[in-house]
Amino acid sequence: MAELTYLQAISDGLRTEMRRDKRVFVIGEDIGVYGGAFKVTLGFQEEFGHWRVIDAPLAETAIVGACTGAAIMGMRPVAEMQFADFISCAWDQLVTVAAKQRYRAGTPVPITVRLPSGGGFSGGPFHSQNPESSFAHIPGLKCVCPATPEDAKGLLISAIEDPNPVLYFEHKHLYRRIKAEVPEERYTVPLGKARTHREGDDLTVITWGAMVYTADEAAQKLDSDGVSVEIVDLRTVMPWDKAAVLESVRKTSKALVLHEDTRTGGFGAEIAATIAEEAFEDLDAPVKRIAAPDTPVPFSPPLEKAFIPQVDDVVAGLRDLAEY
Amino acid sequence: MAIAQRAEPVGSLKEVREAGLDREDLLQVYRDMVMTRGIEERGHILYRQGKIPGSFYTGRGNEAASVGVATAMGADDVGTPLHRDMGVHITRGVEPWRVLAQYMGKSDGPTQGRDGNVHMADAKLGLIAMVSHLPAMLPVAVGAALAFRIREEKRVAVGWFGEGASARGDCHEAMTLAGVRKLPVVFICDNNQWAYSTPTHLEFATEHVADRAESYGFEGIVVDGTDVLAVYREARRAIEKARSGGGPTLIESVTLRMEGHAVHDDAFYVPKQMFEEWAKSDPLERFRSWLRDHADMTDEQEEEISAEVKRTLNDALKRAEESPLPEPSSLTEGVYASPEDLDTPHHK
Repeated sequence: MAELTYLQAISDGLRTEMRRDKRVFVIGEDIGVYGGAFKVTLGFQEEFGHWRVIDAPLAETAIVGACTGAAIMGMRPVAEMQFADFISCAWDQLVTVAAKQRYRAGTPVPITVRLPSGGGFSGGPFHSQNPESSFAHIPGLKCVCPATPEDAKGLLISAIEDPNPVLYFEHKHLYRRIKAEVPEERYTVPLGKARTHREGDDLTVITWGAMVYTADEAAQKLDSDGVSVEIVDLRTVMPWDKAAVLESVRKTSKALVLHEDTRTGGFGAEIAATIAEEAFEDLDAPVKRIAAPDTPVPFSPPLEKAFIPQVDDVVAGLRDLAEY
Repeated sequence: MAIAQRAEPVGSLKEVREAGLDREDLLQVYRDMVMTRGIEERGHILYRQGKIPGSFYTGRGNEAASVGVATAMGADDVGTPLHRDMGVHITRGVEPWRVLAQYMGKSDGPTQGRDGNVHMADAKLGLIAMVSHLPAMLPVAVGAALAFRIREEKRVAVGWFGEGASARGDCHEAMTLAGVRKLPVVFICDNNQWAYSTPTHLEFATEHVADRAESYGFEGIVVDGTDVLAVYREARRAIEKARSGGGPTLIESVTLRMEGHAVHDDAFYVPKQMFEEWAKSDPLERFRSWLRDHADMTDEQEEEISAEVKRTLNDALKRAEESPLPEPSSLTEGVYASPEDLDTPHHK
């Protein structure tokens, strides 16, 4: 075991797969000589050459479309979007071509698209978004949102191995802030299997990505109130681990769904609706949602702080629920 | 001011032999063209009989272009043909009954009723199924070429688009990537002069779509898309150039869409005179007379081919009609691929 940052764990996972499987290649903007905007692929071009670490023109449609074509020809492409926000430029290739190819034409499209997402450092409206809900809505796509270094590596390897188009949302705010022991060998973390980040008896928080840590801090504060909070880290929002969520909610009888994406139509709505449909009799309080408001992500620090759910917001939400 | 080169028409049998086709091949090209038109004519009838749900598209006028390019492709090459390119599917060997089953939404169509009309492809024939959003298949074709380049395989990808779709960003991005990486891909623009009701002068301001090739760093060729042998010769040259590391070529094949955009459209906006003019260079008729003049095609051979096509289509129709409609219970199957799905020729 070595202690790695979340970012190093992503690099490690990618390097592990590229060493193991010659079909894996990476393509994106500035990922070669420069090593990527966040340096995830630093040193990769030296090791794997410029035909497996491909500096692409500034052309997201071509990048994702080329991954699809190469995947159909038997490769295992991994595309890097410089920021998750730019995936909008490749929407058509993902949603129209890659997502539907298996269903209508029987052709699997095993591609992985890495998406540096999330806010917290004044990236503004175009470098901070969390667009996972939009893609979780598209049948045929999978969406992965790791929170820990260990999951970052294991989920990335699973994503590359998966025979479907997988969007891998890596939260930028975790890149260098979160460190943990990560196994040196190759391992996978299954897609669709949640992780209990923290055990508790009185309340359940269902969340993913950077919000796992916000929830954790809030849960610690609730300890002093004598309220025990369980945190379910979904790890992947499509497929999502309904069974684990329902099991935890049935145990605690109170649920708070938390995400950094905006509220209306966010994936939390799907989770809340499912709990209401399937665990209504087990609930002692209405399901609560905490999410960003329905605005673009603002730039200026006080505005951004007001946008992204903060520990105090979650504490307040948990106390409301606890007192209900 | 045109930048693209204009391809010469094809003259003699000798010239065709030099381009790589013997007499048997020529008869096969003719057979594929007759079959292409035949299958779409049958489709038209079926549509009018109410046996085809949704809409129906044909490539009438484009038979030479599609068959010509497909004939120039190697067995291991791949392509992303579109809705005017039935000839590519026929030439690559799709079974006609499966096409009719596809039209009718039957479970034996290549998409098992999940998609309609020419939105289909048999992966075993090296084809990738198109989507409606054109030219979204161009980046995909470029990606296939990228795979060949990474693996250093001597294979070529062929990507089709229309002159209308050339306005979209996918076209620019695909050609940019293919150009900078000199990938083994050939771009075929089916310029049938009408994007639904929009004429070419409202679609692009250059003289030819192929003029753009120079700005991507490769060659652009304009060819008469009603001359199957000229199309074949240019496609062959471009494909072999790509195969030997010479990078992409953009071939613009000029035809006229001889019917409406789809069966519901009577194309009132196309000047009558334009149809009359282009009817004189009907690709089938043009090649038929060439074969009689230059390759000694006899009445018997001609009749044999049309009888064979008719027979095949009669059988195809019967078989397609017998094919069951898909079970509603299968609706949610196969949205996601399983690891076993990767057990395909490409993924080994």
